[in-house]
Order: sequence, then C-alpha cells, then structure tokens
Amino acid sequence: MKKQWNWKRNWPLHLMLLPAAIVLAVFQYAPLGGLVMAFQDFKPWLGIRGSPWVGWMHFRDLFTFQESVQVIWNTLIISSLKMVFHLIVPFVFALLLNEVRKLLFKRTVQTIVYLPHFLSWVILGGIFIDVLSMDGGIVNRALEAVGLQPIFFLGDGDWFRFTIVATDVWKDFGFATIIFLAALAGINPSLYEAALIDGANRWQQTLSITVPSLVPIAIVVGTLSLGSILNAGFDQIFNLYNPLVYGKGDIIDTYVYRTALLSGSFSLGTAVGLFKSVISFVLIVVAYRLAYVFAGYRIF
Amino acid sequence: MTYRSTAYRIFTYCNNTFIVLLALLCLLPLIHVLAVSFSGRAAADANLVTFWPIDFTLEGYRMTLGNGSFVGSILISIQRVVLGTGVSMALILLSAYALSKESAQFRGRNAWAWFFVFTMLFNGGLVPTYILVRNVGLMDSIWALVLPNAVNVFNMILMLNFFRTSVPKSLEEAAFMDGAGHFRTLLSIYLPISLPSLATISLFTIVFHWNSWFDGLIYLMDKERYPLSTLLQTIVVQLDFSAITSAEDLMALSNRTVKSAQIFIATIPIVLVYPFLQRYFVKGIVVGSVKE
Repeated sequence: MKKQWNWKRNWPLHLMLLPAAIVLAVFQYAPLGGLVMAFQDFKPWLGIRGSPWVGWMHFRDLFTFQESVQVIWNTLIISSLKMVFHLIVPFVFALLLNEVRKLLFKRTVQTIVYLPHFLSWVILGGIFIDVLSMDGGIVNRALEAVGLQPIFFLGDGDWFRFTIVATDVWKDFGFATIIFLAALAGINPSLYEAALIDGANRWQQTLSITVPSLVPIAIVVGTLSLGSILNAGFDQIFNLYNPLVYGKGDIIDTYVYRTALLSGSFSLGTAVGLFKSVISFVLIVVAYRLAYVFAGYRIF
Repeated sequence: MTYRSTAYRIFTYCNNTFIVLLALLCLLPLIHVLAVSFSGRAAADANLVTFWPIDFTLEGYRMTLGNGSFVGSILISIQRVVLGTGVSMALILLSAYALSKESAQFRGRNAWAWFFVFTMLFNGGLVPTYILVRNVGLMDSIWALVLPNAVNVFNMILMLNFFRTSVPKSLEEAAFMDGAGHFRTLLSIYLPISLPSLATISLFTIVFHWNSWFDGLIYLMDKERYPLSTLLQTIVVQLDFSAITSAEDLMALSNRTVKSAQIFIATIPIVLVYPFLQRYFVKGIVVGSVKE
C-alpha cells in the first residue's frame, strides 16, 4: 500500500507544481541575485557583471544621509500610527455593530463600510485630492461654513500624516472588522445567559465576556501587523503626496522609487530595499512565532 | 431583560445614529464625485456641487468615452484582467492541489511548500525585480503585468486549506480506486466541490488586476499601452497629460466634471462585482485562514 505513493504515482504532483514554481523562480528568486547591486555602483550599461564593487558604502549612506534617515523615521511613525488605529477602530466598531439587533440594518451597514477596501488608491487618490483641496474642496467648504480656517490637508507635513492615517483607516476599518465579527459570532451564548442570571447588565457583559473573547484575535492581528511595520502604504502615499510634504510624508518605498527609477541611483535603491526586506523578514518570522506562542495561531 | 432597560434603549438610539453617520462617511466622498461627474462644467469648477448634480449633464461621460486613449486603456485593462486571472487561477489550482497532499503521501511536499512560502517572507524589492523584468525582455508587454504576480502564495494557501477541509478524503480514495490519476481527480472531484472558493479567489484576483497601476507605470514605456488604472494615475493624480495626444482632448479632459466621470468609470467594475464578492469573502476568508 505504501508503495502506491511513490514517484510512479506522484510524478503528476511534481508536474503540477512546476509551472507555478517556474514563475516564482524567475520573478521571486532570480531577483534575489540582483541584490548584489546593493554592494556595487550599478550602471545599467555595465550590467551586474561589469559594475564596480563598493562594499557597504550605500548602507553607510543610508544611515548618514539626512534625507534617508528622515524617510526611515517617517515610515516608522506613519505605520505605527496606522497599526494602532487599525486595531482600535475596527475593534470598537465591531463591538458597536454587535449591539445592533436589526439584521437588515446591520447587513446594509456592513455592505457600505466594506466597499472602500476594494477601491484602489488611484481612484481614492483622485477623490481625496479633490475632496480635501484647499481650493474649494468640499471638506474645506464645510470647515469654512462653520467658521473654521481651511486646512491644507495634503500640503502641510503634520496634516499630511494625519490625512494619511485618517484616510487609510477610512478605507480599511470596515473590512478589518470582519475578523472581529467572526470572533464575536463564535462566543458561546450560554456565557451571556449565565451572566444574565447573575444580574449583569449589558455593559458588564461586554466588559467581562465580549471584550475578553476578542482579546486573543486582537493580539494576533496586532502581532501580525508588526511584520509590515516598514510598509507605510506605498500606493496610498504615492497617490496623495507631493514635493511640499516630502519632509514628513516620504516613506521608504516612495524614496526607493524616486532614487532608483526616477533618478537612476539603482544601487542606493537596492540597498534601501534590501535593508527593508531583511528587517521585514526578521519581524515577520518573530511575529508569526509570537502569534503562535501567545494565541496558537498558524496560517497553515 | 437588559435589552429593555431605559439606559440600553438610549444607548441603542445613540449607537445606531453613530453607525449610520460612519456608514455615510464611507459613502459621501464617492457620492460627491458622482454628483460632480453629472454636473455642468461651470457649477463643478465653481465648487457649487455637494451631493446632488447641478445642471445635470452627461458631457463628462460622453467626452471620456469619446476619447480614444481612454477607451483603449479600458480594453487593455480587460485584456489584463482576463489573462491575469486565467493564468493565476490555473497556477493556483494546480499547485494548491499538489500541496494539499499530506507529506506522508507526497514525498517532497514540504520542500515544495517552503519553496512557495519563502517568497512571502523575503523578496528582492523593487529595483532587482524591475531590472529582471527588463532583462527578460518583458518591457512594454502585457505579460509584464501578468507574470510577475501570477502566483499569489497567500491565495494558494487559502485554496489549499479549502481543499483540505472540504474535499472528503473518501471521495478522493474512491476516485483513485477507480483508476483516476491526479489530474483526473483534480478536474472531476476537487474542481466541482471547490467552485465557491474558486469564485471567491477569482473575484479577488479580478479586483487586484483591475486596480493595479504601478507595474504599468514602470514596465510600460509606451503610454498608449497603459491599462485604465495607470492612465488614470497619470492624468488624475499626477496631472501628467502626455498620454493624451491631441490638444482638444487635453482641454476637454482636464476639467473637473470629466475627471470625476473618469474616476467613476474606473469604479464601476468594482461596484459590479462587489455584491458577488461580498457574498463569499466573509466565509472564504474565515474558512481559509483559521485552521482548526
């Protein structure tokens, strides 16, 4: 019987894996070889074989250039803020939505708040640039109508960070509640019945049953998001930023794009990318390990 | 019953109001753009429009759909979605089937699995990938938009977990007894059972390809070959009109009504697939990502 699962039986399985493996080998593994560019002064006309070696120069630059150090800080600040709000807002929203008893109402709200998740930042960039504009954008018109000064949301560094975090939460808070709602649906109803008999009101039930049941999944979500702390949201920032806010809004990914593909400093771009990949790799491995240890979470 | 207490009633009232406001907040920016796209040019440029069109007109849509570059880019987007989704789903199905086998049955399974999973953990980053695509001669080809992302390992794992949880082992064994090979089993047993999750992942892939814009920006030199998202990125966000060739078109495309119409046209396909998507994604995600 064991013999049945040998090569003769299983060669089709290898064959099935081959096409996807070739795609990965070419587009994921082969570029890893290109990482040596980080230690060269790469010139496209010389190629990887012909470009001179410079050792760790680009990494030294990365940590001494004022611009690149600022970019790393911006990335960390923006993505930490996003992490915190992406945890709190969906958590609270799931709790509030859980108190809604009319099913149709609940479904409608869910349908609406999940929608922005599926729209691209190109579309949303176009919308937000229009809506938040200083020159008659609807938000500033509303602010003026109640007697406030207009705000330069996309042109002032601090407001830009605020706008980035706020619009990102706007886009994804709904979708992020799904996982909490799933956890809420899994709470054993007899816990609430027991609490009722003990005379607990809804607030006490929430504090001692609902919230504790959501904590494990919140820990998983929070821990796993650690792995992407260096991803501050390329698509979003690229579609919303402008030279006015490079100082506080430029992040690693947008910086790599501009230095490498626009200015032609391929090697510096590769070095920054490699730095990011290595840190992310360590963080992802640690995060999954932590999620497994603390909450027994495994992806497969 | 605590649900009937006065305090809880007041809470429910406030809570429902708050939730309605939040839901409105999600919709209002979209409604505003929709209203501008149907408004007369003068009203739109004078910033008079809020959530209802003023001087209703279809001019924005007429101009957009009358523009050759724009219509061309929609066709390219459709081509990209069809090719990209087809190739991705085929690769995902084949590899998820093979990897859903236990390592006791399929020797080498774990080595293959790590080969796939490693790509989720570490990647070369933007520059080496860009140089590679250039070196293999895919620049300016639609395949540059299809192949680099063709294997989404995360989706593959969703599919794999679905295979493991929903396909009865006895059914598979019966197929083997009757002499079916792996390809036959995949086609006749696995595929029919997993149609719902296949549909879910396809819809996600369709949305992904429709929305992708950055690869078009860096891999396509010829702006006539831009898919819609990339074209929109250059004209609406970067305000770079070099993709538009004639002067009258340039005038026509730069006003707010037309811009809003373009944005809205790009969202239509998403809004169309959204109801189907929503029916599946809650279940799909939960089933796929939580392993009992």
